[in-house]
Amino acid sequence: MTAASEFEPVIGLEIHVQLSTKTKMFCGCALAFGEPPNTLTCPTCLGLPGTLPRANAQAIHFGLMIGLALGSDLAARSIFHRKNYFYPDLPKGYQISQYDEPLCRGGHLGDVRIHRVHLEEDAAKLVHAGSSGRIHGSEYSVVDFNRGGTPLAEIVTEPDVRSAAQAREWLTLLRTTLRQLGVSDVNMEEGSLRCDANISIRPVGENELGTKTELKNMNSFRYLERGVNAEIARQEAILRSGGHVVQETLHFDPQTERITSLRSKEEAHDYRYFPEPDLVPVATSEAMLKAARDAMPELPAAREERLRSLGISAASARQLAWRTELGDYFEAALAVNGGTDPQSLANWVCNALVERVGEEDPNASKVTPNALAKLVALVSAKTVSSGNARVVLDRLVADGGDPAAIVEAEGLGAMAGGDDALEPIVETALAANADAAEKIRAGNMKAIGAIIGQVMRETKGRADGAEVTRIVREKLGL
Amino acid sequence: MTAGRNASSDLTLLTAAAAVAAIERGELSPAELFEAYRGAAAADELNAYLWVAEDAHDPPPPGLALAGVPLAVKDLFCTEGVPSQAGSKILEGYRPPYTASVVARLSAAGAPLLGKTNQDEFAMGSSNENSAFGPVLNPWDRTRVPGGSSGGSAAAVAAGSAPWALGTDTGGSIRQPAALCGIVGLKPTYGTVSRYGMIAFASSLDQAGPLTRDVTDAALLLQHMVGHDARDATSIGFPGEIELPRGDSLKGIRLGVPEELSGDGVGIEAGVLDAFNATLKLAESLGASVETCHLPHAPHALSAYYVLAPAEASSNLARYDGVRYGKRIENDGLVGMYTKTRSQGFGREVKRRIMLGTYSLSSGYYDAYYGRAQRVRTKIADDFRVAFDQFDFVVTPTAPSVAFELGAKTADPLSMYLNDYCTVPMSLAGIPAISIPNGLSAGLPTGFQLCGPAFSENRVLGAAFALEQAIGFEASGGRT
Repeated sequence: MTAASEFEPVIGLEIHVQLSTKTKMFCGCALAFGEPPNTLTCPTCLGLPGTLPRANAQAIHFGLMIGLALGSDLAARSIFHRKNYFYPDLPKGYQISQYDEPLCRGGHLGDVRIHRVHLEEDAAKLVHAGSSGRIHGSEYSVVDFNRGGTPLAEIVTEPDVRSAAQAREWLTLLRTTLRQLGVSDVNMEEGSLRCDANISIRPVGENELGTKTELKNMNSFRYLERGVNAEIARQEAILRSGGHVVQETLHFDPQTERITSLRSKEEAHDYRYFPEPDLVPVATSEAMLKAARDAMPELPAAREERLRSLGISAASARQLAWRTELGDYFEAALAVNGGTDPQSLANWVCNALVERVGEEDPNASKVTPNALAKLVALVSAKTVSSGNARVVLDRLVADGGDPAAIVEAEGLGAMAGGDDALEPIVETALAANADAAEKIRAGNMKAIGAIIGQVMRETKGRADGAEVTRIVREKLGL
Repeated sequence: MTAGRNASSDLTLLTAAAAVAAIERGELSPAELFEAYRGAAAADELNAYLWVAEDAHDPPPPGLALAGVPLAVKDLFCTEGVPSQAGSKILEGYRPPYTASVVARLSAAGAPLLGKTNQDEFAMGSSNENSAFGPVLNPWDRTRVPGGSSGGSAAAVAAGSAPWALGTDTGGSIRQPAALCGIVGLKPTYGTVSRYGMIAFASSLDQAGPLTRDVTDAALLLQHMVGHDARDATSIGFPGEIELPRGDSLKGIRLGVPEELSGDGVGIEAGVLDAFNATLKLAESLGASVETCHLPHAPHALSAYYVLAPAEASSNLARYDGVRYGKRIENDGLVGMYTKTRSQGFGREVKRRIMLGTYSLSSGYYDAYYGRAQRVRTKIADDFRVAFDQFDFVVTPTAPSVAFELGAKTADPLSMYLNDYCTVPMSLAGIPAISIPNGLSAGLPTGFQLCGPAFSENRVLGAAFALEQAIGFEASGGRT
């Protein structure tokens, strides 16, 4: 391998999704985030002697829905195993998880193939006392068992991802899909969506895989991209200097962007998996499959296709489909009978509205879909200029209300096409900008900007740009 | 039995069913009965009890099926606010916040908690010598063991300090001590009795069952134990009801005697085998046919059991880590605390089985040990299915010997394990099996084991009842 070779990253992702079921995976405790520590516990999720697990039917239902969304094969029979290891956040000394007979196998999302989806229980939360809040240097640690036993779906991809940016983009699609399914809050910061990455690199053109490392727990989309890039860079540096990548589990610190080793292959646990004797196999019945199919909403990929069929551009369709809340807002606005064409409305949602509300859910803003639909209809009818429509949108974002009323109250209405008042204003502007008028007459239509600008100033934006252009051409005999 | 017993001792001579009847007829008050047993349990000299109820129990409301006849319960059943230690130092003084389903069920049926009985630590043992709280003595001969692991329950019932008791059976832990103490012990079909609240040894084998003075009591107690429990995913319940046995005929009943569990060279003590053969003759006189049958894989049962049970145990016992409850011995850091707590908290046999189980589940060994043992288990269940095509019941001696002397087998785990040679196959197959007193050998009780297909409890109890009447066992030798 020469120092000059180009490397190709090979990345597989393991995503843990906390399912938003009513109760925990193997007991009846409620699931909630942010409750006082150790208030959502019972003998079973505390692992008290003599207690037994019972599988949460809603979690299995959600698991089947995820499998359907990913096009997986749904197992007629799947079984839970025990994964044995000691840690204070694991009250039984084992995690109940699926092993060689998972609920779902195969499938794909976008251009990434799915290896498997299985169900398991989350560990409790360790809180390290002391200033750093981290395990090293803390005097003691306490355990909050509220989270212990939360249902998790673990989604494992095939190693089909080729860059950090692709990993991030794909995870965004997965998050939207899961959100659309309604099976999880998919909040990376709160830990309801967690992503580990298996990363190796190999010279471009090489078929054999390089030694992989596992990068743990990147808790935001940004950190995922940064962490994967940092690890790719680290591996490249090792290979270029003639070294070998060591198979190990790594931790990415987003503050320092440093990667540290958690454990080597030799230190890897022997989990002593065996079938959980306290549970019976999950038999996926026809009724369960039907219930999962009936509960399936339209997924982003299908929505994107449907929006395209309405004549919406590829970029807008993807934006609306991948941001569920944006798509929902758009469709609510489209349903208002305002005679607006879908692409114009899509433009207003994806551009003007998103510029104003940012990452917030527009459904939670003061601009109702109804108001936006009316505003876009006013623009289409040339009742208000697009420039003034943006002013109206500012008002709607700030205070809400009815666009027509705002136009009326603030005098933002467009001057009617045949309005006699417009002609003298255009004439004045032509006279005041003789240079520009001359250039226009010579065929340089760009010069019309100066004329329109003055007309807009005079009319406080109420003039219709196209109408102004028509009058200019008329006056100049073009 | 000596003359001049006081009135309360006479009360304790009644079988549970007889006591229920006496209470129902108004001849006996539940409070009086409870106090008589409480006194007997408190005066127990066999180390059968680890805890005895302190106050006379509030009499149960009238009309309950079990009428207030008190119940001794093996230590490993969780009982709210009452020590539940599974015979282990690591749970010394542990008082659970909830009560095991079967104990709650029996309490609701009118059987209040009398006391918690001694046992081998985490039900691992066949002599009760593995209890962290000292061995239980056999009431027939206090130099001998009562069997195990439900040794405290068996000794209490045999000695008359409990009318009846709950035990658990994983590989023979009800049947073998019942045999050694001269009482009745029944292991029901796996899944008929809820395991919720039973401190686990080996989840796929553990099953609660009654230890009683006679077959009728076993049926009466079991009647109120069985039933589906949503808190136990492996719980099935019992199709129909457990009936009280009656009738004394075995007419048309076909008994299969497995060569592999009772033939020459199996190592059954001569006196035990003589008593067993005498009862086979008795069975024939009641109309049964007796024939040799075969369970070809039964000789491998013990080996498979000692892979599977320790494997499950190694995982089930991982929760005793000193973090949340039970014993905790501080030491340097987390791993130090784990190590010291578990090294000092568990006894030798428990640690041996944790090691065995950890080894057999380890990567690279799983298929050779755990996987193979599971396949043997399937074969053994198949052997029984084939046998039950031809026979109504399979019968064997319960234990290969009478009660042995304390300390006789503690140095040799394998000889101890052989106690369960005849009882483990039924555990692996998950089928019901009962041990009834079968006369004496050298002055000590022997047991006769009878098993049938899954959910055949009513037929098993019926046949056992007929044999019991014919045998006419004199149990007074166990009374203290």
